[in-house]
Amino acid sequence: MTYVFQQLLNALQVGSIYALIALGYTMVYGILTMINFAHGDLFMVGAFLCFFTASFFQLPFVPVLLLSMSGAALLGVLIERYAYRPLRQAPRVSAIITALGVGLFLENFTLALNPYPKQVPQLLDNANWVFFGLSISSLQIFIIISSLLLMFTLDLIVRRTLVGIAMRAISWDKAVVPLMGVPVDLIISLTFAIGTSLGGAAGVMYSLAYPVIDPYMGIMVGWKAFISAVVGGIGNIRGAMIGGYILGLVEIMVVAFFPSTYRDFVAFALLLVLLIFRPHGILGKPHPQKV
Amino acid sequence: MDLSRVKSSVEEAARKRWLLPALLLSVFALSLVIHQFELLDPYVQLIAMYIGINIILTLSLNLINGYMGEFSVGHAGFMAIGAYIASFLTVKVIPAPLIVWLFPLAIAAGGLGAAVIGLVVAFPSFKTRGDYLAIVTLAFAMIVKSGIENIDTLGGPRGFLGMERLATLPWVCFWVILSLWIIRNLIYSRFGRGVLAIREDEIAGELMGIDTRQVKILAFTVSSFFAGIAGGLYAHLLQFINPRAFDIIKSTDILIMVYLGGIGSIAGSLLGATVYTLLLEMLRPLGIWRMVLIPLLLVMLMLFRPKGMLGLREAPWLIPIRDRLASRMWRAKKGAT
Amino acid sequence: MAVLQAHQVTHHFNGVTAVDDFNLTLEPQELVGIIGPNGAGKTTIFNLITGVYRATGGTITFADAGIVGKTPSQITALGIARTFQNIRLFKELSVLDNVRVAHYARARYGPLAALLHREGFRREEETIIGHSLDLLAFLKLDSYADELAKNLPYGLQRRLEIARALATQPKLLLLDEPAAGMNPQEVAQLMEFIQWIRNEFHLTILLIEHQMHLVMNICERLLVLDFGATIAEGKPREIQNNPRVREVYLGGEAQT
Repeated sequence: MTYVFQQLLNALQVGSIYALIALGYTMVYGILTMINFAHGDLFMVGAFLCFFTASFFQLPFVPVLLLSMSGAALLGVLIERYAYRPLRQAPRVSAIITALGVGLFLENFTLALNPYPKQVPQLLDNANWVFFGLSISSLQIFIIISSLLLMFTLDLIVRRTLVGIAMRAISWDKAVVPLMGVPVDLIISLTFAIGTSLGGAAGVMYSLAYPVIDPYMGIMVGWKAFISAVVGGIGNIRGAMIGGYILGLVEIMVVAFFPSTYRDFVAFALLLVLLIFRPHGILGKPHPQKV
Repeated sequence: MDLSRVKSSVEEAARKRWLLPALLLSVFALSLVIHQFELLDPYVQLIAMYIGINIILTLSLNLINGYMGEFSVGHAGFMAIGAYIASFLTVKVIPAPLIVWLFPLAIAAGGLGAAVIGLVVAFPSFKTRGDYLAIVTLAFAMIVKSGIENIDTLGGPRGFLGMERLATLPWVCFWVILSLWIIRNLIYSRFGRGVLAIREDEIAGELMGIDTRQVKILAFTVSSFFAGIAGGLYAHLLQFINPRAFDIIKSTDILIMVYLGGIGSIAGSLLGATVYTLLLEMLRPLGIWRMVLIPLLLVMLMLFRPKGMLGLREAPWLIPIRDRLASRMWRAKKGAT
Repeated sequence: MAVLQAHQVTHHFNGVTAVDDFNLTLEPQELVGIIGPNGAGKTTIFNLITGVYRATGGTITFADAGIVGKTPSQITALGIARTFQNIRLFKELSVLDNVRVAHYARARYGPLAALLHREGFRREEETIIGHSLDLLAFLKLDSYADELAKNLPYGLQRRLEIARALATQPKLLLLDEPAAGMNPQEVAQLMEFIQWIRNEFHLTILLIEHQMHLVMNICERLLVLDFGATIAEGKPREIQNNPRVREVYLGGEAQT
């Protein structure tokens, strides 16, 4: 029984990271109906920014987190402005290919600058507590709680602030919103900034738990997070959070009972099954086409 | 219009009908000569063969992404299936003295295996489009890759080796010509028009009588067949394959070639594959910075010329006479009566 | 023997009843119109007949076969063709190719013959090209054969859509607001055109229109829809004088 709870805790940790990244995917999809395939690589950038600020400037955790999040946010805004915005009227395929290209660029650029994997210095003390036979690390709890806090803050922003309302309005009817005096481009930039900052935060969280980072780490994690967003219903913020934890759970359970090489296989098989039978995910709504 | 003008235009058309086959056959003959008498540096031949393999890959993906307007992102998965099946056959199944003779069959078997999987991928495409299909195809590719990693007889993550260098210039040339011919034939038939209709307006196409399921099944099967062929050739050129060779980066390479050369254009695919392969080779001295520059080029391409170099335009000598001169010949006939 | 029979057809969507107890019998070569305010369910009925939606209740019979549940391409192969409210041509294809595409269901060769460009394939393609160009000539579009559909002026695009539908060799033709965006002169030409193709091709025609002038003058029978329900049916004169129709649709005091 304790084994199950242990794994559940692991699942929550992994799930938190997936959820944070998934939010970035879902927010951009919600507002632009576009899958930002480069998002996973922004998670990687967050991890690398964490590495740089921690090892070269030897800053403590909070500044590292803030700098990494801001760096990722800035990068996200620049990418939107120069690679995606010009293609808003272009066929969707162009935007998707561009996103793939941006992602590849980020990966290989980082690789060119960092030919060898890097080890992120330890930023937080890790205490291990034993609780009814369960071994809990303070790091795990920290990751889970801070992720939840970030997500909660996001939920508040989207639901309560004017910016959040504008975001949701744009996702429902892009044509009308500018007529209401809303600066659409600014809101879109802000959406990217928030989404990618969360991805950057996830990068920091990830390097707390798994300090060895490499430029291609964003690919698989990005895809898993993307699957999470789709599971929850792409475009739906609460869905992304739920999806992240579901995928974390599925993964950990697979690894617990099957050889670990099946982990990715099952994740993608799950995605496939879902897309065939319920493409709009758990909280999404089906889109009928008007003829 | 008098009878003699009709006659001469029909004769002209008939003569030109032999242009493409003659061209293709002479290219093939040339490849045989070069190979037999070693007229070219082995390195140049190697590059030519890579170009050939990439042409097959680009043509096959262009059918789905360019002509049909779908979004298949995991094409490397089909390549992997073809590579592994063909390799397994030549290394473990076919007795050693026969591998040279049965090589084309091994390659074809790889193609067929890939085609079967392509058939399976066709089904989700009935209901999903765009971003969702992208994910489905990518998921398939990942599943193929993960699947191979879990099969020990195929070497798992360590890879599979032992293949003989059976891929020669004439063989690659043969398969390039075959893929070009078949895909072109498909495009200039009612199925090809169905493919285009799906791209333009799928529902309108259905309502005009196009059985979109049949068309999609055909397109995916033919496309993945040739991707499998390319995989088999690749395996017998490199003589070593592992799952990592067929990951998202490989799929992205093929995407780049399609969009670089031009969507919905055979000549575009020929051009895109050639330019990209040569570019990769020429930029080799840049080392890792090569892979930084290439995606940047792709982004530039999408921003400034999204349809590609020859997008939606076709080289006249590739279009069947019947299609190219349809209205002219009809008018000539009408005028004569 | 009736060409089309719709019996108690209903359709629900997201909790809304788009079509409620729709009944229609079409005799050969009739020209019938469906009118009603926007959102009354007219295009939905077209979509139900052509298989884009599957009716949640009722039956539709065409050529002695029940067609509810069949795919649109199957229904087109049986002999029903249509045009669209917003033109849905294959924009990047030529005028000729737009019409050639529509021969898909009638072409008599299989995938293998196509992949190898066999003799049977080539002969059939010649026939299709000839038939397409003859059809275009008939509708006075042949001089535009090699032009891209998207480059055609609006009126010709509408005509091309009809040509494309005719290429499927239908027995029943559904026209969805064929006069949309036309001036009175064009509407007059369209009226003649519709009657002419009905006679030339021996078609049964069902059309949706808002332009009363056209509807009153060429339709032999009218159905009036409102919120999915059929509120009146009969000859144009009768409909014009029907008080309920005037109230709901023509707005009280009707002008002819």
